[in-house]
Amino acid sequence: MGFFVEVLIGGLMAGVLYSLVALGFVLIFKASGVFNFAQGAMVLFAALTFVRLIDILKDTFAPIMLSLLITIALMVVLAMAVERLVLRPMVNQPGISLFMATLGIAYFLDGFGQTLWGSDIYTLDIGIPKEPLMLLETVFEGGVLVASEDLIATVVAGLLVVVLAIFFQRTRVGRALRAVADDHQAAQSIGIPLNYIWVVVWTVAGLVALVAGIIWGSKLGVQFSLSLIALKALPVLILGGFESVLGAIIGGLIIGAGEKLSEIYLGPYVGGGIEYWFAYMLALFFLLFRPQGLFGEVHIDRV
Amino acid sequence: MGYSKLIKGLLLSMLLVIVGCGQKEEGTGTDTSSDSQTSSNTNNQAYAPTPDGNEQFVPVLSYRTGPYAPNGTGVANGFVDYLKLVDARDGGVNGVRISFEECETEYKTDRGVECYERLKGLGPTGATVFNPNSTGVTFALTEKTTTDKIPLITMGYGRSESRDGSVFPWNFPMMGTYWTAADVLVQHVGNLSGGLDKLKGKKIALVYHDSPFGKEPIPLLQKRSEMHGFSLTTIPVTHPGVEQKAAWLQVRQDKPDYVFLWGWGVMNSTSIKEAAAVRYPREQMFGVWWSGAEPDVTPAGDDSIGYSSVTLQHSAGSDNQVHKDIFKYVYDAGAGSGDRDRVGEVLYNRGMLNAAIVVEVIRNAQSKYGQKPLTGEQIRWGIENFELTQAQIDKLGLTGMVQPIKLSCSDHEGTRIARIHTWNGKTWEYSSDWIEASDAVIKPMVETAASNYAKEKNITRASCES
Repeated sequence: MGFFVEVLIGGLMAGVLYSLVALGFVLIFKASGVFNFAQGAMVLFAALTFVRLIDILKDTFAPIMLSLLITIALMVVLAMAVERLVLRPMVNQPGISLFMATLGIAYFLDGFGQTLWGSDIYTLDIGIPKEPLMLLETVFEGGVLVASEDLIATVVAGLLVVVLAIFFQRTRVGRALRAVADDHQAAQSIGIPLNYIWVVVWTVAGLVALVAGIIWGSKLGVQFSLSLIALKALPVLILGGFESVLGAIIGGLIIGAGEKLSEIYLGPYVGGGIEYWFAYMLALFFLLFRPQGLFGEVHIDRV
Repeated sequence: MGYSKLIKGLLLSMLLVIVGCGQKEEGTGTDTSSDSQTSSNTNNQAYAPTPDGNEQFVPVLSYRTGPYAPNGTGVANGFVDYLKLVDARDGGVNGVRISFEECETEYKTDRGVECYERLKGLGPTGATVFNPNSTGVTFALTEKTTTDKIPLITMGYGRSESRDGSVFPWNFPMMGTYWTAADVLVQHVGNLSGGLDKLKGKKIALVYHDSPFGKEPIPLLQKRSEMHGFSLTTIPVTHPGVEQKAAWLQVRQDKPDYVFLWGWGVMNSTSIKEAAAVRYPREQMFGVWWSGAEPDVTPAGDDSIGYSSVTLQHSAGSDNQVHKDIFKYVYDAGAGSGDRDRVGEVLYNRGMLNAAIVVEVIRNAQSKYGQKPLTGEQIRWGIENFELTQAQIDKLGLTGMVQPIKLSCSDHEGTRIARIHTWNGKTWEYSSDWIEASDAVIKPMVETAASNYAKEKNITRASCES
């Protein structure tokens, strides 16, 4: 039983890490109706920029803080460039065209980031404790082992959700974002500046990518594989719904726990290595009952 | 209008930051950047034939981008630097210049095959010999090279049964197959336990990359498990290996006496970190030679101390004569492929050694066919009849990095000995004597597997008598 609990907790923690990446997808989809395939590349680009700047600025008085500020500034610049060079010329184009454009952005950022900063593995140490914690030792023999960095990631993800929920629900900009997502033209007609809104949402997604990149980067080292973590976020999105911040979190938890439990308890019967595709199977299974995802919006179109 | 000015201003600032960063690195001259080490463009100039056509073309399949770039770059730099050294120091091989072109595979099988098709016809006599640097690409090219008559050198990777030249005349898994590596590891943990008979009742877990590469050692380990009575648990990790929590929770649950790690790229450092996270002792972890280089241990910091791997004979080090020559003729001339400080890392040395063997088999083939550009078929003879003696090793400046090698029609591997090295937090140190893989165990497996392959592909075994 102790082992089951350990796998379950480990899976939930892994799920939170997936959610961190999934949040970036949700933000842009929620605010612009665009599925941003470049989110993984943004995670890599943000983390690479951050870690390499720390190295370059290591002789200054506050390398981490300075690097963080410069990286944030660069993510703002990136958002502006994306809006100006990619999105603006494609206003009112079909969603699939915008999606294809984000594919291009993903390939560009992957290559640009590595050309600029190198493609080696860079160690990122921002002081997150690594020592695992042993919990419930009196309840289960051997206790339940929990990685402290995963716990911190959980707290960070929780905070992000709260901040984003307030941003979307309580602020003027947040409401404008939702209006743009519903209908570009209608939003423009009532005076919502579409270009500005797109810059804001890509900036916020860039900042979420930076947070995800820092958490994942301190865990794995900053390297190209960070961009592949986006693939882990896809089943989370399918399950949680593309428009729901809460769905990204709940979806992450279900996917994380489901894939770990399946790997441990079903894997040995089918040769193992099933967690990758099992996540998609699990998401598709949920879609049978809720095609819009657990927390996705139901769209009813007049025909 | 103001908005567009803001964009221009910010873009300009970004440019200044980037330029400033570059200047700082250049000024300090420190290894803050691996840009030069990892640049994907350094050697990617297209092949241009020399006017007299007196050259031997060597195709280079490398990966300097993608998830495996941190490992692939070191191998590629070592390989290319040695080719440059031979051209700069010796004027080629007996006067025949060495030309090459790199092709980026990203460690993807389809890209590898595409690179093969693009490069195989270059040079006055076509491609000399391919070094795919990937087991997946090797599997894909095995049949193609037979048709095209171009040999494949797969130093430390590829199909283990391909050492049987009577079935695989064009494959040369020189210096060690995965069965050799796995056998050496079993013998090593046997030695640590007080003898192979002491492995009875012990548990060994294989944490492996879920790919043809990762699955290769399983038959040998199963065989050894039956022989010595240890239990074997196989735990796959899906590509690229960034998420391994389930695998390591399983290790924590099973509490194996030893873990063998069969990973590549980010999987290795992640495994070491996860082992630390579940408090599995690194002293009981042993990797294959593709899991025992600097990029595998440095990202995990102090968690890597005590971790070991089998070597493909050599470890790290830049004190050999060959390194001194590379510094003198390549780096001092400004032609180095990577960062000077990283010459001599484990994977750099592997690439360099691989290129040295390519050059020596060309030399060997020239001894029969003359000092001129040779075809792949002629080079194949040079490989199959290749012998690297201690005297030649010393002459090449490779003393201590490699032991004598002797290939034959029936043995395309040439040698089956290896050492273990252990990471001490700063560098690799040898932690065992030479261990020879047991051919009494491996040879029957090779014969069976090669026969099965021959039957499946309808291949008639060649005679190795003549």
